[in-house]
Amino acid sequence: MNDSTSSGSSKLDEALGGPTERTLPRLRKVVITGISGRFGRIVARRLHHELDWQIIGLDRRPMLGKPKDIEHHSYDLRSKKARDIFRAGDIDALIHLGVMHDPRARPAELYSWNVTGTAKLLEYCQAYRVPKVVLLSSANVYGPRPDNPQFLTEDAPLLASQRFPQMRDLVEIDHMTSTFLWRAQQIETVILRPVHIVGPMRNAPSNYLRIERPPVLLGFDPMVQLVHYRDAAEAIVCALTPGRRGIYNICGPGELPLSAVLRELRRDPLPIPHPLAKPILSAAFRFGVSSFPVAELDFIRYVCMVDGRRASAELGYRPRYGLRETIHAVDEPA
Amino acid sequence: MGLLERLRQLRPEAHQTSGGSSAGTTRGTTGGPREGSTRRAPDDDIAARTQALVVQGNEFGYDPFGLSKDSLKTAVTLARFFYRHYFRAEAHGIEHIPATGRVVFVANHSGQLPFDGMVIAAAAFLEPAQPRLVRSMVEYFVPTVPFASYLFSRWGQITGTPENCRRLLATDEAVLVFPEGARGISKPFSRRYQLAEFGKGFLRLALETQSPIVPVAVIGAEEQAPAINLRRVAKLFGLPSLPIVPYPPFLPIVPLPVKYRLYFGEPIQLRGDPDDDEDVLDAQVKIVKNRIQSMIHMGLRERQHVFW
Repeated sequence: MNDSTSSGSSKLDEALGGPTERTLPRLRKVVITGISGRFGRIVARRLHHELDWQIIGLDRRPMLGKPKDIEHHSYDLRSKKARDIFRAGDIDALIHLGVMHDPRARPAELYSWNVTGTAKLLEYCQAYRVPKVVLLSSANVYGPRPDNPQFLTEDAPLLASQRFPQMRDLVEIDHMTSTFLWRAQQIETVILRPVHIVGPMRNAPSNYLRIERPPVLLGFDPMVQLVHYRDAAEAIVCALTPGRRGIYNICGPGELPLSAVLRELRRDPLPIPHPLAKPILSAAFRFGVSSFPVAELDFIRYVCMVDGRRASAELGYRPRYGLRETIHAVDEPA
Repeated sequence: MGLLERLRQLRPEAHQTSGGSSAGTTRGTTGGPREGSTRRAPDDDIAARTQALVVQGNEFGYDPFGLSKDSLKTAVTLARFFYRHYFRAEAHGIEHIPATGRVVFVANHSGQLPFDGMVIAAAAFLEPAQPRLVRSMVEYFVPTVPFASYLFSRWGQITGTPENCRRLLATDEAVLVFPEGARGISKPFSRRYQLAEFGKGFLRLALETQSPIVPVAVIGAEEQAPAINLRRVAKLFGLPSLPIVPYPPFLPIVPLPVKYRLYFGEPIQLRGDPDDDEDVLDAQVKIVKNRIQSMIHMGLRERQHVFW
């Protein structure tokens, strides 16, 4: 994390207003949205304890088990107060993890929170010269489709919202941020599109893999990619390195059929014929039995895998956890 | 006739070279005396052959495209039955299958159902000293069909996108392409052994990845389902084609037990710019197409009977 890449750091220096600022031994300051989630806390802890960043958390939820020296604000991203955090002008980076996925929330509210919120954040970053913006998007933005190539590269179109309205927000945020990447040349914007992040968190893939009898679609067994939550956090650290900008797929240790993942976890899959799966799942969702939106069925039906070579070549990111460790991360205690 | 004779004379020496190039996988029968004119004793130890396949797999035994050697054994056992017993396939020019390295097999496509693909793959797996796994490009609708969706991928077959093909060739795999596509497989009996229009995708990929093209002529598949195609009715029901055969069950679900003859031609190494003018590419496609067409003619002249 030292300023070894000279070209990168000089770019940063310009953005910060002078070369002297970088060389001063002051703590680097990062704003993390969505810090109260389990993944947010892991990222914060990694940056704070191990790399000595000064952390400002931005999340409407309270942050449980917050260390004293982490600043936390429960502001709405769209509020004046959120802007004031950036106005001080000494923020070195923004890590935007706060994309809300709650499938039970009202779509209009989600949309406003996610899309307007992100637009505001990007606006603050440009106005107050934040030199680094990292967005945690997802490889799901490409969408699971029968005609997908086995490995999608970063320039593949983001087609997830075509069949999957719940993904619309994330696709739009990703698009907005990639426009920002090209428009705001003085800011190093990094968009990370990790494959399914698994760990002791409450996201859809981890929740699914923790079910004792996970429903699967009879006659379908797509290849899937998983990434260990600590590897995903590491990818964010890699993205913070001065000089790095661009869009990167983040892969885990390899590819496996869904059935092999479930076998490794000793789960007992429940095969459902796919014409029945939709009505069953939508009824289960309506009655509050399941939290999986119907459209997510496509993720256990079709392939949606990505090529992570660019991230390893340009970001220097490499997964450290093997296949077995990654799979078993879902059963780690929180 | 003359060409075939030459092919036959080529066999013994090519045999030695291919046997020598894979010294690690010698089998008892590969060096043995040849039976009859072109056939050698079947060397069908599927477990050993699967073991000898060169594929990249992870600790769970799956390659990036979902191939698993364990599942492959089942598929090959089935394919061997069709290859050896049902179609009694005969393969010529096996020495033209490179033991290693990237290669694009380009073949004529026929017979309503893609048994020709299976037979070519079985030949490349069962016949050479070093078995090759042929990966064919399946249609986009296959991943939407239950069971076929994952079985095809366990057996090493892949969704036919150019990206997939490029990636496989870059890792020195063998890819099978039918440039006639649906035009070829669903053509009516009256147009048998006339090649339909070739697509240019295979050529672009071969030029881009500098892969040799091995032309393959398949004789026999045309007669496995002598069908007429009810295009208008198919259109009415939104089907890609509706072939009708003149015997029960009238749909070509079960192929007739014709005899398959495969001719593998000499590898063609084409050079050029994959983004060149259509005319330039067309000329190169024509080289491959003509080679296949002449091998088809040769094979048809050679053939005494459709069923034996």
